[in-house]
Amino acid sequence: MRCGDFRETYAEDMALFETAFARRAMLAFLAAMVAVPWIASAFWLDVGLRVLIAVIAATGLNILTGFTGQISLGNAAFLAVGAYSTAYLAGHWNLPFPLVIPAAGLITALVGMVFGVPSLRLKGLYLAVATLAAHFVIEFVASHWESVTGGVNGISIPSPRAGPLVLANDRQLYLLALPVAAGLLLFARNLFRTKVGKAFVAIRDQDISSEVMGVNVFRYKLLSFAVSSFYVGVAGSLLAYQARIISPENFPISVAIDQLGMIIIGGLGSLLGSVFGAVFITLLPELLRLVTGALATSFPELTTLFASVKMGVFGLAIVLFLIFEPDGMAARWHHIKNYWKLYPFSY
Amino acid sequence: MEFFLQLLVSGLVIGSIYALVGLGFVIIYKSSSILNFAQGEFLMLGAYVCVAIVGTHKVPFLAAFLITLGFSALLGVLMERLLLRPMIGEPVISVIMLTLGLSSVLKAVVQGIWGTDTRPYPEIFPTTPVMVGPLPVSQGYLYSVASVVVLLTLFSIFFKFSRAGIAMRATAFSQQVALSMGISVKRIFALAWSIAAVVSAVGGVLLGGIRGGVDGAFALFGLKVIPVVILGGLDSVLGAIVGGLVMGVLENLSGGYLDPLVGGGVKEVAPFIALVAILAVKPYGLFGKVKIERV
Repeated sequence: MRCGDFRETYAEDMALFETAFARRAMLAFLAAMVAVPWIASAFWLDVGLRVLIAVIAATGLNILTGFTGQISLGNAAFLAVGAYSTAYLAGHWNLPFPLVIPAAGLITALVGMVFGVPSLRLKGLYLAVATLAAHFVIEFVASHWESVTGGVNGISIPSPRAGPLVLANDRQLYLLALPVAAGLLLFARNLFRTKVGKAFVAIRDQDISSEVMGVNVFRYKLLSFAVSSFYVGVAGSLLAYQARIISPENFPISVAIDQLGMIIIGGLGSLLGSVFGAVFITLLPELLRLVTGALATSFPELTTLFASVKMGVFGLAIVLFLIFEPDGMAARWHHIKNYWKLYPFSY
Repeated sequence: MEFFLQLLVSGLVIGSIYALVGLGFVIIYKSSSILNFAQGEFLMLGAYVCVAIVGTHKVPFLAAFLITLGFSALLGVLMERLLLRPMIGEPVISVIMLTLGLSSVLKAVVQGIWGTDTRPYPEIFPTTPVMVGPLPVSQGYLYSVASVVVLLTLFSIFFKFSRAGIAMRATAFSQQVALSMGISVKRIFALAWSIAAVVSAVGGVLLGGIRGGVDGAFALFGLKVIPVVILGGLDSVLGAIVGGLVMGVLENLSGGYLDPLVGGGVKEVAPFIALVAILAVKPYGLFGKVKIERV
């Protein structure tokens, strides 16, 4: 039993893991995640893959919204940019996936920076509205630029390949997505130990003060848009590889709202929160499906109402979380951990 | 020329409904600094409730309309009391997210009760068109514009002269001062939300009457009103009216002339392109108050 953390050096204070136990627990967790494809059924493997993609996208959004304080409703569009870049690079140019995925991320980062430019003058609600406009503009482009995006009919994406290696099924794709997600999370964790990450947080807390203290606000805001969009672009790339066919219908505004829901429910400004939120929001409809499936014999009308039940429960979850746990699941997790840390002497 | 005039007229009609719904946005924003993303759902709910009352209970349209207004007012008050009041003092993102969550709950309720099919609207307006100058205009258009004008005038008088209206303006100016003058700011918020719900419901019923049916796409109307209020300025009633008309016309003209060139969909995106331009040039809109920030 631990009764407290006593950090005696700055190195200890900055450490990625607070204790050796935390590091071992993380390694054990990762090992368990690697084992998933051999245990899970095809259905849960598909869900797991979607969870990983959602984790990457939510982490990206959290970097921008949770850590830098720039509200973005354009995430569905950025996902689309990543997905369409993948379709183009992999489909037209036959590039291998180790090139395609980062390239999709970089292209999305560029687009994200373009739409981040208004953040020079706008903040809060106004920026949210500007990113909403970005969503509709990109959606329009996606359904009209037929030579690249295939228009409303969509475009198909070949299986990810690199030389002789072809990732043809969900299991192999999962084993690709897992290290990508883990690596990006580690990068984000490290980012907030550096000058850049601290500048992001300073801008969120008080942009004028941080400018006075020498942070180049515009530059760091753009950088935040770029980093965030890179994450979302990578997520979009994996999404395209998983979906095999994408069309503008895959990226409605509700996807952006789902992702904001993830970081709100998980916890703004917390990487653990983005993971929790992504898992929660992705699993919620699947669990609902199980529940309605079980109840279908006694309430047959439930299956026809499933879409609205799903939407209603999602909205309700967001509303209830905002009212009763505004700091999200990550904060709740810390409370629980702290309670057990000093058990039975907590007060 | 006739094509142009027709686009102009239908633009003005849709624009007047934009103005009405925009008024709801502005009232909420002015009094409580919340951008309500569930406004479109208020509109859709109003349209559905009205058609349901007319359809199932054989109530004459006017009575059903009044019941809808009462229902919307109550809904607005409930929303404010149950959901928005706990959010006082929370960051912008939380409040935005709350209204987004609320919008999916309302959409789910509407879908759960009435399904996703288009429900036909009763014939509210006579169908024979009237000649306005050289142009045949459907009577529904004229009635909608007339009712919007009447409503906007009523609200202007309400804000200018009534006790509650003056209290609302005082609250919008400074909540602290309003409180110290004995105005119940909470009650003003509740009033603002119910007015917003009522004007949206009116917009919904008018839109249902014009289009001849109501479906889930009505909820998108709420998003399309956002460029309107940004153009006019988020805290200006006059701005909402001007912005509504301009956006309605812009949308219809660009749709009418550019759609054949690029293959459709311009109508949906044009207001948002305009929105980006406005934000780049005049972020606080035509009539909005420029905020000066201090640390």
